[in-house]
Amino acid sequence: MIEMFEVWKTYPNGTNALKGINIRIEKGEFVYVVGPSGAGKSTFIKLMHREEKPSKGQIFLGGFNLSRIKERQIPLVRRSIGVVFQDFKLLPTLTVFENVAFAMEVIESSPKQIKPRVMDVLGQVKLKHKAKMLPSELSGGEQQRVALARALVNSPGIIIADEPTGNLDPETSWEIMKLFEEINQRGTTVVMATHNREIVNTMKKRVIAIEAGQIARDEQRGEYGYED
Amino acid sequence: MKIRTLGRHVREGVKNLGRNGWMSFASISAVSITLFILGVFLILAMNVNYFAQSVEKQVEIRVFLDVLATKENVAQVEQNIKTIPKVDTVTFIPKEEGLKQFKESLGEKAYLFEGLEKDNPLPDTLVVKTKDPKDTSVVAAQIKKLEYVKNLNYGEGTVEKLFAWTGAIRNVGIAFIIGLGFTAMFLIANTIKLTIVARRREIEIMKLVGATNWFIRWPFFVEGLLMGIIGGLIPTAMLTIGYYYLLDGIQSSFEAAQLFKLLPLFPLVYQVAMALLAIGAFIGIWGSLVSVRRFLRV
Repeated sequence: MIEMFEVWKTYPNGTNALKGINIRIEKGEFVYVVGPSGAGKSTFIKLMHREEKPSKGQIFLGGFNLSRIKERQIPLVRRSIGVVFQDFKLLPTLTVFENVAFAMEVIESSPKQIKPRVMDVLGQVKLKHKAKMLPSELSGGEQQRVALARALVNSPGIIIADEPTGNLDPETSWEIMKLFEEINQRGTTVVMATHNREIVNTMKKRVIAIEAGQIARDEQRGEYGYED
Repeated sequence: MKIRTLGRHVREGVKNLGRNGWMSFASISAVSITLFILGVFLILAMNVNYFAQSVEKQVEIRVFLDVLATKENVAQVEQNIKTIPKVDTVTFIPKEEGLKQFKESLGEKAYLFEGLEKDNPLPDTLVVKTKDPKDTSVVAAQIKKLEYVKNLNYGEGTVEKLFAWTGAIRNVGIAFIIGLGFTAMFLIANTIKLTIVARRREIEIMKLVGATNWFIRWPFFVEGLLMGIIGGLIPTAMLTIGYYYLLDGIQSSFEAAQLFKLLPLFPLVYQVAMALLAIGAFIGIWGSLVSVRRFLRV
């Protein structure tokens, strides 16, 4: 499903964010990506939805070779995966419904398909009753649920999340994490970068630890393993 | 792109005007104000041009024929002048008519010339108008060479000065309009750019959920077009009403009406409206597309 071979990422300022990453993530897996700040977790995530381009090496994701892809194909890659960000990245002028519908409009779905599907996903994240509100009227946890609904609405095979609970309190974090767990149980691959040791240690999933741009650990049913 | 998607882009563009209310207001105001100033100058320049034209049109060549010329000779000269390509009209004024006109111009003192009808000292005259008043002197030189042409008069010297002035006024007018046009474009594009910079995050998010560049551009295109058109309609309406009252005010006073011969309301306002709307629409679209382009690289 996701494969990386000898992937390097060097930023224009000379920083080597990733140094020779090799990884294989199977369809339906749930993977936590952990590691100290600045170790390269975010870069790892950004490479997957092609926000960044690898400097060296090959990345295969859902039938695309992300190292060789043309500029105009990038939107196609991004449509095949759902992405959730730490800062939610909702459009502030659009309502909850419109924010989720936007991801469907992008792929030119018909309004007839959009309405029931958006309400369906909003139901999954338990926000149907707030469909007409603006993001600014919601709590952080609710905003992240909207972002999750947006990531899910086109039924992608992969969901990528960059510290989705980073801005949330522990209780809300658990709610969000349960939603990810549900999504994964329905067959969607989940790759999540996180700093939340409690969650990682409790969930007992595959853990990939990135340190100084390299993979330090890759364990099934792993633990967070850092004191921070 | 599907037609349905185009509909979506238009709807989205219209909605965005409302969602970004204050920003839209700022952009439309900038467009309106600059186009208003441009419109004022446009109307001014068009009227100056109209005035110059009407002055130029009064230029004519009076060709005085030999008193000995017979009717056939006169007809021949008239024919010869008509064959000059640059000549527009030739009017024959027989000496009797010439005397009558002369006496009329004298008014009360016309009696001084009573009795001259029998032994008319005036020559037959041909009044020649050229198609382009600027050709007057060239045509005059050609006519002068013709047989039976005794003399001619077109205000030599004065006419050349007149044309130099009207030409200069026109050039200044055009330079002003072009300069103002560029200033307007710069100002408006800058305002629109500011409103879009405020929305760079929005564009970034659209890209991250997989929108193509054109999918993002279209609503901005529609939005820019609408801002430009609204920004063009407001000054057009103001200028039409203003000009209507200006004409009304001038016509109500006899002296003013004699002094200022202004272009009638129509088709002037149509021309100004077309110019302002076209410039507004162009700048609106151009301003938004150029500004969006900067943020599409995510």
